[in-house]
Amino acid sequence: MRTRDCKHICDESSPGIGEAGKTGEWRNSFPMIDQERCTPSRQNKPACFLCWLYCPEAVISKTVPVQINLEYCKGCGICSQVCPVQAITMINEEELHPEEDTQKS
Amino acid sequence: MIAAYPITPQTPLTEKLSEFVEGGELNAEYVAVESEHSALTVCTSASMAGARTFTASSAHGLAYMHEMLHWAAGARLPVVLACVNRAIGAPWNILNDQQDSISQRDTGWIQIYARNNQEILDSVLQAYKIAETVYVPVMVCYDGYVLSHAEMPVAVPSQEDVDKFLPSYQPHTILDPANPKNYNLVTLADPRVNTEGVLCHGYMELRYLLQEALQNSGEVIIRVGQEFAELFGRSYANMFWEDRLADADIVIVAMGSLAMEATVAADMLRVKGHKAGVLGMRVFRPFPKADLLKALKKSRLIVVFDKNISYGSEGATCSEIKSALYGSGVNAVIRNFIVGLGGRDVKAREMADAVTKSLPLLKEGFLNSEYPEWICYI
Ligand code: SF4
Ligand code: SF4
Repeated sequence: MRTRDCKHICDESSPGIGEAGKTGEWRNSFPMIDQERCTPSRQNKPACFLCWLYCPEAVISKTVPVQINLEYCKGCGICSQVCPVQAITMINEEELHPEEDTQKS
Repeated sequence: MIAAYPITPQTPLTEKLSEFVEGGELNAEYVAVESEHSALTVCTSASMAGARTFTASSAHGLAYMHEMLHWAAGARLPVVLACVNRAIGAPWNILNDQQDSISQRDTGWIQIYARNNQEILDSVLQAYKIAETVYVPVMVCYDGYVLSHAEMPVAVPSQEDVDKFLPSYQPHTILDPANPKNYNLVTLADPRVNTEGVLCHGYMELRYLLQEALQNSGEVIIRVGQEFAELFGRSYANMFWEDRLADADIVIVAMGSLAMEATVAADMLRVKGHKAGVLGMRVFRPFPKADLLKALKKSRLIVVFDKNISYGSEGATCSEIKSALYGSGVNAVIRNFIVGLGGRDVKAREMADAVTKSLPLLKEGFLNSEYPEWICYI
């Protein structure tokens, strides 16, 4: 299949998740939640959700436990900054996938 | 829908249009904006909402539109823009040359140049038909003051005939709250599969399609010119105007009103026994390489007059002619003269003299690699 088959002559899409592509691919660090510290998980009830409120990409769920969709998380680190109990740590992608990075360079 | 910001020498045009709208003679929305950038933004938005749009500008105003010129072409919106050609500062100058529209050459617009007032009107009507067929915006350029503030008898076609010629605008995409769509969002390097599972263009494929549309638009331009001739009796079934090219071995190339002046220069050269002809560029984008080759086959000396310059190189028309002839077997001597910048008068006699001055080069085996000459007092 070639892109001509889409029949668009300018960029066109329908509102939906992921229409701009997998924007998480740009990230160089990602957030990791320590569920043992995170308030909703610890209390096993909806609470806090400050990270959900502040995430500019709307990729954090307002659920118990809190989950982050890493396909679209851009790695800005705002969630880890606003978490009042320091439950979110930003992890460098290179540390996690050193072999991939060597291939890139 | 008209959105325009007044700038000399385009001002009489916007004044008249706003009068027509205000007086109820023209059934259009006239949006008064605070800048040229906004003028074209209003046009692109209205075009996406399904309206036929028009704007006009000159020089600094057109430069201020630059970003949105790219946008209109990339979004494939058939906006029509009249560029009343004027010199760009510094220093300030309100008079004519073609540096303004030539500076917008690479924005993806079709560019048509008019030689006289009748051609301005006729070209605007054709511009809509061309733009709305190939979905590429069209710029109709005409020389400031030389044409903009000059009068000549012009045949104004009737509304019925124009309606026969130009069907209503069919947008290729339309903003509609009942069927929400995103247009021209972030489009990354690689193609992507959309939410419906269809593989969609990346940035590069969309830009390829724009180039393809311009490459193929020549045929449409000629066809529309023929249709225009059938209805109105004035033929535009050509990408450039030919004057006595059939037997000419000396060809003068000029664009816009200068192409009219060039025919007078050719008369003068003919009186002296030279076989001179004129090639008047009408469509500069797409550049009609193949047709041009045929028209220039007999030429031995091509003298190109440019009212613009790509600084550090040469006049834009000259570069195009050289590139069209490369490898074609036409080994004509090509001479480039920069003329008429900032409204400097260009006389037919000066053009004829420039050709005469270039004649000895035919014997000297002159290489077409020099910088242009300027007709000025330096
Ligand atoms: S790093 Fe930024 S984008 Fe990713 S989840 Fe946290 S706030 Fe959202
Ligand atoms: S801000 Fe911290 S504690 Fe609050 S929900 Fe998010 S991760 Fe849990």
